[in-house]
Amino acid sequence: MEFVKPTIEYAELAPLLIVLGGACLGVAVEAFLPRSLRRTVQLVLTTVVLLAAFATTIWVATDLAEVAGGAARGLLTAEGTIVVDGPTVFLWGLVLLLSLGGVALFAERRIEGGVSAFAGQAAALPGTEAEREASTRGWEHTEVYPLLLFAVGGMMLFLASNDLLTMFVALEVLSLPLYLLTGLARRRRLLSQEAALKYFLLGAFSSGFFLYGAALVYGFAGSMQFSAIAEAVRNDTENQALLLVGMGLLAVGLLFKVGAAPFQGWTPDVYQGAPTAVTAFMSAATKVAAFGALLRLFYVAFGSDRWSWQPMMWAVAILTMVVGAVVAVSQTDVKRMLAYSSVAHTGFILTGVLGVQGAGELADGQITSLQAVLFYLAAYGVATLGAFAVVTLVRDSNGEATHFDRWAGLGRRSPWLAGAFGLYLLSMAGIPLTAGFVGKWAVFTVALSAGAWPVVLTAIASSIVAIFFYVRYIRIMFFTEPHAGTPAGEVASVTTPSLLTSATIAAGVLATVVIGVVPGPVLDLAARAGDFIR
Amino acid sequence: MSDFPWLTLLIVVPLVGAVVVAALPRAELAKLVALLVSVLTLGLGVAVALQHELRGGMQLTETHDWISAFGVHYALGVDGLSLLMVLLTVVLVPIVLAYSWTHDEGPGAGGSPRAFFAWALALEALSLAVFLATDVFLFYVVFEATLIPAYFLIGGFGKAGRGAAAVKFLMFQLGGGLVLLGSVIGLYVVSAQAGEPSYLHSDLAALDMSTSAERWILAGFLIAFVVKAPLFPLHTWLADTTEKATPGTSVLLVCVLDKIGTYGMLRFCLELFPDASQWATPLVVTLALISIVYGALLAIGQDDLLRLVGLTSLSHFGFITLGIFAFSSQGQSGAILYMVNHGLGTAALFLTAGHVVARRGTSSISRMGGMEKLAPVLAGLFLLAGLATLSLPGLSPFVSELLVIIAAFDYHWWVGAIAVTGIVLAAIYVLSMYQRVMTGPGPLVADDAAAGEHLEDPAHREPAGHGTAGGGATATATHTDTRAGAAVATPAAARDLRPHEVAVLTPLVVGLVLFGFFPMPLFDVANPYVEDLMARVDVDDDAPAVPPGTTVEHEAAGEGAH
Repeated sequence: MEFVKPTIEYAELAPLLIVLGGACLGVAVEAFLPRSLRRTVQLVLTTVVLLAAFATTIWVATDLAEVAGGAARGLLTAEGTIVVDGPTVFLWGLVLLLSLGGVALFAERRIEGGVSAFAGQAAALPGTEAEREASTRGWEHTEVYPLLLFAVGGMMLFLASNDLLTMFVALEVLSLPLYLLTGLARRRRLLSQEAALKYFLLGAFSSGFFLYGAALVYGFAGSMQFSAIAEAVRNDTENQALLLVGMGLLAVGLLFKVGAAPFQGWTPDVYQGAPTAVTAFMSAATKVAAFGALLRLFYVAFGSDRWSWQPMMWAVAILTMVVGAVVAVSQTDVKRMLAYSSVAHTGFILTGVLGVQGAGELADGQITSLQAVLFYLAAYGVATLGAFAVVTLVRDSNGEATHFDRWAGLGRRSPWLAGAFGLYLLSMAGIPLTAGFVGKWAVFTVALSAGAWPVVLTAIASSIVAIFFYVRYIRIMFFTEPHAGTPAGEVASVTTPSLLTSATIAAGVLATVVIGVVPGPVLDLAARAGDFIR
Repeated sequence: MSDFPWLTLLIVVPLVGAVVVAALPRAELAKLVALLVSVLTLGLGVAVALQHELRGGMQLTETHDWISAFGVHYALGVDGLSLLMVLLTVVLVPIVLAYSWTHDEGPGAGGSPRAFFAWALALEALSLAVFLATDVFLFYVVFEATLIPAYFLIGGFGKAGRGAAAVKFLMFQLGGGLVLLGSVIGLYVVSAQAGEPSYLHSDLAALDMSTSAERWILAGFLIAFVVKAPLFPLHTWLADTTEKATPGTSVLLVCVLDKIGTYGMLRFCLELFPDASQWATPLVVTLALISIVYGALLAIGQDDLLRLVGLTSLSHFGFITLGIFAFSSQGQSGAILYMVNHGLGTAALFLTAGHVVARRGTSSISRMGGMEKLAPVLAGLFLLAGLATLSLPGLSPFVSELLVIIAAFDYHWWVGAIAVTGIVLAAIYVLSMYQRVMTGPGPLVADDAAAGEHLEDPAHREPAGHGTAGGGATATATHTDTRAGAAVATPAAARDLRPHEVAVLTPLVVGLVLFGFFPMPLFDVANPYVEDLMARVDVDDDAPAVPPGTTVEHEAAGEGAH
């Protein structure tokens, strides 16, 4: 067998390489720089890397070659294992922007009184002398920045991967740093570590499902590559069972990552236990990446067998929306409420996914499924990141005050911040003139075009339920006074953050309103992304 | 006329005004600016009206692409129906603002009169946008957006328990709105299947829809409008809201915002889905009849004055809907006039009732009585507003109610027969209300001045600083106070209307009397629209709901009478 040198298109892969290279550099910084310098260097390094990657993404996006008669743009690189096409660069840009917000939240030190929200020394057991020492010396883990970069790299690879093995590797690269980050909270460490362990165990299980599914699909198609699988799905009718089981197992792995029911069990615990900055980053960026991968796998590899998986998606979407919305109603913790709301949003996005309305099947100028999902991800990512950023600021003497009651009367004391949180909630609830409304409109439309009216009706019903718990928070913040006789330290107040957090919140508010009022540019961008390359 | 964007200006002025008012430092200045802005908006509304050409169809249109991917336009236009609604809105808002000023309504502690005035202006801007939108998507957006200011107006100002009332209001409205969203999306899909997707009202009206699609989409629109209007069985938010909110807020809600429901029935249900609307007529007429009778019965049984006034509107919205769905010219004209007259009459009733409540420190009718002697002017205006509500001949609601009832009899004799009972019941609730509030033994002279003093307490103008749960302590205290001083009121608390308070109410009274004797201007504006609408509805309808002979006869009689 002759060895052929693989060709790799470095230019198109530049954003990915920059992020992963930056992550490695960050590890080197940890090893060689003195502790006092690390935070500044890491912060600058991470920001520069993400900005550079974003700039290169734009550059890559502007000269992607057109293929398939203009229906799609891009190319397969790295021997067909990675694909850089319109949706890829759109989602790369989105993940990078959300990560920038995440970095800003990671770096916030003013609200904790001069230290970050991460444990001083993760290896020190909670409640021991070592922990106290780390705390009094003001140590902090600057490893979180390279960890974040690795996670971002994994996400970018995940949504660009064009074969099952690459996808699996990317899944692990993005997950492992997140497991670690989840366990690093400075306060309530046991809760945080429990969340990390839970996330890790369940994540490992789901990876196992994914891997087994990949093996079965390989058995069916004789190849890991999506194009070859698609070819086999079109031609081969003998091994239907192998295909169906494999497809189901792959779906389990991906649906776990997006947090769809019945695999949503980890979401509330992990979102609650993780440091809120991590939750913000994770809930926004991971969902974007995982949906990118889900779309690619099901549209490209299994697109011609959609009749097999669409009923499953219908059921999962309906279940996810109902579970997310109904369970969120009974939550009394703001982080858990946002976690269940994120589950409900997963259901809404799946509503957009299951239509599979490509441009070829629709009237001229009608919105496609991919366009709708891309837009929804942008709207949702911004609102979630912003909402969790607000949560980091509402604190009492015990740290973040996440309990429902503690937020009473916040709108009186800090109208601007409460207003921002209210806006994010309204966007998630899908009130017009916010980004969330346009997103909701888009995904419902594509689902209805595909004839999935039972799903759309369920989605509307769940939206009504969802409005209830969002509006309840607005009422608590603006129209309710804290219980009389609450000691001063017990009342949550807003800690003044540094520019890092305020800028993130402000940018989120701006984006939510601007995309909500003038969604045209973002929709056009999503439309210009075109189709996946097969 | 010119290309000058009059309608955009009409929307932008109050919207900018709202932002400015919210940003102003001093409350007094903010109130003044807000009032000036609302008067300026009134001027613009009059300017639009002066340019209106009767029988000109949609005028002053503005159309710009907004979201091309969805076929959505920023499209405004005004015809007879919108013009009347716009005028009603721009007239009522300055009155409400002036009322709230003299009444010191919204404010209290916490520096929020600013907020009240700003939200009211925002509500005005969005309501105007609703009445002017000629793109269904734009309509939906502003339709939902009106709920935000309304929510903060209810939740921020009024009695204890308003927080819960605001949430109930919002849940009903947003629920209806989301059902409407389903239909709006359905319209997009139908429109895309027919060619290029477009949300323009004119494009959609030309669309050829399958019967089942038309009916499903209509169902969504109807549910949303039935919540909004409101009709039985989706009316339960109405009484709670009017009870807890300030009278000013109630006027904005019931007289302006709820008109969107009946406006939408005409503009969207009948214009876009004429066949399906006829198909749905029996159901809607039944609901309207139930609302007329049930609303009136509920009103008779109420002890809370503001709740009672709110429930009379349930009955009135039943009449309006009945007129719309009777599918005859008299019915449509009557319904449109009814929308205007109900706006004037109910606003007058809410505001005078607000004065009464403010003077008695309680809104419970059983603790009132004998106001007549102490406050004759107030009693007179209250009676006038009440008589307008029961459609006394000579006052404008009479004209519209008569037309609606004629149409109802044309539709079917038993429909008319049931509707007529609404008039009798209206007489009962209005007159018994007047009797219990105004007549009877004079208010007891205060046994102890302290109790009377307490009545001055912000029983119903609770400062915005107090919330539902949190304000519990003060709220209960106030309640016990009012209960202790049941029928007690110091003479000071029962003083008559001051001149400026009368001045605020004057435009409403003038309108009620003027249009009672001379409703021609309203007909001139409404009739061309109704003719267009009837033509449109009959396009696919070979057998009109009303036998041709009777229609002509009645129309001639009706026209002659005015």
